Amino acid sequence: MSDQSAALTPRHIPDRLDSPFKRAAKSWETLLLAVAIAIAIANSLASPYFLDPWNLSDATFNFTEKAILALAMTFVIVTGEIDLSVASIIALASTAMGAAAEVGAGTPVLFLVGLGVGLGCGVFNGFLVARLGLPAIVATIGTMSLYRGIAYVVLGDQVYKNYPADFAVFGQGYAFWIFSIEFVTFLGLAVVAGIVLHKTIFGRQVYAVGNNPLAASFSGVKVRRIKFIVFLMTGVAAGLASVMLTSRLGSTRPSIAVGWELDAVTMAVLGGVGINGGTGNILGVVIAAFVMGLVTFGLGLLNVPGIVMSIFMGLMLILVIALPLVVQRINNRRRVAR
Amino acid sequence: MTIVRSLLARREALLVLACLLLLAAITARFPAFSTPKNLAGVFNDTSILIMMALGQSAVILTKSIDLSVAANVALTGMTVAMLNHLVPGLPVFVLILVAIGMGMLLGAINGFLVWWLDIPAIVVTLGTMTIFRGLAFVESGGAWVNAHEMSPAFLELPRTLILGLPVLSWTGLLAIVLATLLFTRTGLGRAFYATGGNAVAAVYAGIDIGKTRFLAFVLSGTVAGLCGYLWVSRYAVAYVDVASGFELDTIAACVIGGVSTIGGVGTVGGVVLGALFLGIIKNALPVIGISPFWQMAISGAIIITAVVINARGERVKGRVILRRKELPL
Repeated sequence: MSDQSAALTPRHIPDRLDSPFKRAAKSWETLLLAVAIAIAIANSLASPYFLDPWNLSDATFNFTEKAILALAMTFVIVTGEIDLSVASIIALASTAMGAAAEVGAGTPVLFLVGLGVGLGCGVFNGFLVARLGLPAIVATIGTMSLYRGIAYVVLGDQVYKNYPADFAVFGQGYAFWIFSIEFVTFLGLAVVAGIVLHKTIFGRQVYAVGNNPLAASFSGVKVRRIKFIVFLMTGVAAGLASVMLTSRLGSTRPSIAVGWELDAVTMAVLGGVGINGGTGNILGVVIAAFVMGLVTFGLGLLNVPGIVMSIFMGLMLILVIALPLVVQRINNRRRVAR
Repeated sequence: MTIVRSLLARREALLVLACLLLLAAITARFPAFSTPKNLAGVFNDTSILIMMALGQSAVILTKSIDLSVAANVALTGMTVAMLNHLVPGLPVFVLILVAIGMGMLLGAINGFLVWWLDIPAIVVTLGTMTIFRGLAFVESGGAWVNAHEMSPAFLELPRTLILGLPVLSWTGLLAIVLATLLFTRTGLGRAFYATGGNAVAAVYAGIDIGKTRFLAFVLSGTVAGLCGYLWVSRYAVAYVDVASGFELDTIAACVIGGVSTIGGVGTVGGVVLGALFLGIIKNALPVIGISPFWQMAISGAIIITAVVINARGERVKGRVILRRKELPL
């Protein structure tokens, strides 16, 4: 979007690199972690109920599904694309599971239906963007209306709620003590995503595609295939999030998870993933997920309505991106003056 | 024959054809749909979409996107509706000025962040979209402003007939004329195209691309502000979720009308026809007995089809002599 103007700012190539410790101290993740700790302290001062382990455990339910979306969204954004259809995929997958449950499908089948619909939607997105070469913003705005539109066509103003009793395990079950299955799954996926993005050839190729698709292609990276795979990943992640959310709520309406694409993108960008592609890491996104979870939970304890929380989310999205830029600009000016 | 072929190659001709075919198909079953009176009703109903799609197209031409327009409508609409409720004596033109000024300010906030801080437009407007709608909740406390709480003058204006057409339709027509003049006859309009078409070349030509984007956002916000008043007045109700999701309709109208989302390509005629195409479908669905729940899926399918068609026409023609590269400093 602003790739041209980004090229306008002068590049500063330092003649000596900072020591590893200094670099870590100045990194985005450290800043985020400090923010997370500050919010946690503020929350525990503001409400006596905050530090209760079961309350904290309950708080994780609010953001794990979104965080799973954000993990996959990170891959898409690093390749320089975006997937705005994730929330609609959740709605469509949930509708399909609801319909399957109506005809008596068991829990394993429902799980597969959810993932399968997510996969199918991801394949279609990938086809539009990677094969037909459409700009991802518009293509996924189109599929965003299409997928949720189909959910509305099927359900209208009705609701599916005949889920088998043991289906609730995905969204309401606990792995051990206060750790829910959702939360443990998220942590496991975060580790897997971190390894795949940072320690594998595929991960390096994802960065290469985002940094310079042309150069990547000349270096033998199959750019289209990488893009296709990352859209497929968001599809499956949305399918999984849909299983968890549907299981947690125990019902499906076509308006389920409205606006979640915004939360997933916010988490990724807040986590330091550059919207123009090629930068960012999983650790940042995981910390950002906790920051958002803590903010939502803290505001919830203070009885702040959801839509007012969304103001904080919007402000946070803009501020965390704007602040470093402002600081950088002031520093540049000082350097020029010197 | 060549004239026919070159006509068919133009997006506007294709869209006129598509609209006519659509109308013919509907009229075959329901002749009453194509009476001049009903068609004027369809145009009136689509006027707000036409205006906002034109504002959106200015932003998209500069290779940006404005996702906050619908939230802008909700916030300005709620503000003028509450103002009207609290101070019933305030003349309507003052309220319209408030709506326009407020919309302009909201657009300027978007434009400023994009211009001064270089934050990608999609991130900025995703953020401001939630902020604006959240503010509409904060100022109203989630309450509705209903028709009986609005003054008669406030409600009457868009419906007042001039030469047989309501003021709302005239506003839409005026917007089309002004947009045509702006896009094709002014330096700023050409700067919109240049900024999106080739930003490097635009800088060489002496165009301030940041300022051009800023002005495009101001324009889009101003139009959305005016539409905020028109919307709550026309539907005689203001609530937080007014125009929810409408930003997608404005983008859809642009994309169907042949505006390229990578910037620099698009015409006023195309955008207007794109909006009318969506408007005809929206008005025809209840007539031909399809549940309104189909509308979202249909517009999704249309957006995807339109983008696919656009992509085929977007292959770079001619020789590019000034590629994207680092700008001189």
